[in-house]
Amino acid sequence: MKRVQAKPLGTLSRRTNRATDEKVESRPQEQKTSEEAVFDVQDLSVFYGDFRAVRNVTLAVSQRNITALIGPSGCGKTTVLRCFNRMNDLVDTARIEGNILYHGVDLYESRVDPVEVRRRVGMVFQKPNPFPKSIYDNVSFGPKIAGFKGSMDDLVEEALTKAALWDEVKSRLKESGMSLSGGQQQRLCIARAIAVQPDVILMDEPCSALDPIATGHIEDLMQDLKNDYTIIIVTHNMQQAARVSDMTAFFTAEVNEKQDRRTGVLVEFDHTERMFTNPSDERTENYVTGRFG
Amino acid sequence: MSNAAGGLLLELEGSPARRRKERIVRGIFFALAAMSVVISATIVLALIQEAVQFVGAIGVGDLWQRGWFPRRGIFDVRTILVGTLVVTGIGMLVAAPLGLGAAVYLSEYARPRIRKLLKPILEIIAGIPSIVLGVFAFSWINPQIVDRFLCGDASFFNLGAAGVGVGVLVTPLVASIAEDAMRAVPMSLREGAYGLGARKRSTTVKIVFPAAISGIVAAVIVGMSRAIGETMVVALAGGATGGSLFSADYCQPGQTMTGAMAALAIGGDQVKGDVSAFQSLYFVGLVLFLLTLGLNVLSGRIVRRVRKKY
Repeated sequence: MKRVQAKPLGTLSRRTNRATDEKVESRPQEQKTSEEAVFDVQDLSVFYGDFRAVRNVTLAVSQRNITALIGPSGCGKTTVLRCFNRMNDLVDTARIEGNILYHGVDLYESRVDPVEVRRRVGMVFQKPNPFPKSIYDNVSFGPKIAGFKGSMDDLVEEALTKAALWDEVKSRLKESGMSLSGGQQQRLCIARAIAVQPDVILMDEPCSALDPIATGHIEDLMQDLKNDYTIIIVTHNMQQAARVSDMTAFFTAEVNEKQDRRTGVLVEFDHTERMFTNPSDERTENYVTGRFG
Repeated sequence: MSNAAGGLLLELEGSPARRRKERIVRGIFFALAAMSVVISATIVLALIQEAVQFVGAIGVGDLWQRGWFPRRGIFDVRTILVGTLVVTGIGMLVAAPLGLGAAVYLSEYARPRIRKLLKPILEIIAGIPSIVLGVFAFSWINPQIVDRFLCGDASFFNLGAAGVGVGVLVTPLVASIAEDAMRAVPMSLREGAYGLGARKRSTTVKIVFPAAISGIVAAVIVGMSRAIGETMVVALAGGATGGSLFSADYCQPGQTMTGAMAALAIGGDQVKGDVSAFQSLYFVGLVLFLLTLGLNVLSGRIVRRVRKKY
């Protein structure tokens, strides 16, 4: 499969310079915005109605890297993840402040079509959610609706191979995707995401419903996928973050006295190795050493 | 046994009165459950017995004649069976698209506020007494729809208007069952589709609808059962209370099995006649029962066969 790298963004548009300048001025400690950043998150806050679920997140996701978002439950890591493919748009009351640049383009600009975003930024969910269709149809669903014209058989084989599932299912592609084991189902969901030839794959606690062996399979697979894709993974398993990721963002929840609800904040974002050996924030240290969370 | 152990045993035995009460409650519920079974069985047996007598009296061959005129001893079952099929067919042509369309809209497209507004309206339609719909069928549906668009020269009472009326009656039922089936499809499947860049339309048509297909088929079949059993709309709008010749023309008056039974039982035809006429009620009732029973069994089969676990 020839991957189309960073396709021309038909409906996405360049941000105007003026808007960028304004943003930069209002934020004194500008993060290093490397050219190869896939996502550049600037001062992101996410609201559900009046409630601010996450506040002031600034981080950059670089290409062909695995970035892990970790932190205790309720710290907003999944909320942040779902901003990257505008999945939060499905929640009527959700809205964001701040910016997410995708290859320099404002993801939330009014002309951007979330459907186009999701074709480039795929997602794997916490609980394996194969469609109640055959294994083959599960994988071909995405390409088909995107109007894929080439050989579907080849594409399906390629995607399943990349997801390290081909050998296990090649003789029963017509069987239901629901007939597979949990770990296989999750790899099927990864194959399904790969089949649309995305640029980025978001993974929302992809192993939390799996046993340790299946988890091992998925983690190995992530290392292979890293060669072709940018991966952002949410996990509450610190060991997993330490094992698989290059960069780690640690979130925590602040108790909001007024509303008695918790708002997520980004505590620290750094190379995974440093986060786990020599974190600069005490809260991170407490978390990674198991004293909290 | 030491004293202490004896005391503990007594405690562990608990209260016999309480256990007895439990048995009584269990007995009451068993009796209630048994009663409904017995009642149904009695009805079916009575139906069968009278129906057999009826067939014995007139002879099987007489069930195929020129028409359905019970008072004159002419019992052509085909006539009212076809009447029922015509009305049910037209009814489902109305109710299936309207009901399923409404279900898709309510379950997939409507924003919560609009849904909150529309659901009760649907329930209001479901709550319209069928006799009101019957009047509506011959006074408005017939001239404005059936006569204007379908027939051109329709009779004042006709099967077409009855069919459309029945369709309107059944629509909320179909919509409600189909909507429940679609809403039962887990959100995670929709998210999976959206996550792959599917639009709402492909998600609905290719993921939600197939996943809910067993419930949707059930909705249509339950609607059909209801349409077959509907009486008042047909009795009012279908005409032909005295009987009718064999015909499948929906522009003309005709009788369904239910309509025929109603006419006979309440003496709507105002005629005294053949003694077998009364017994024919049971026979038609039995056919009707078997028809709806068959449909329900069929729907159960289909639901089991096409069910896709999610």
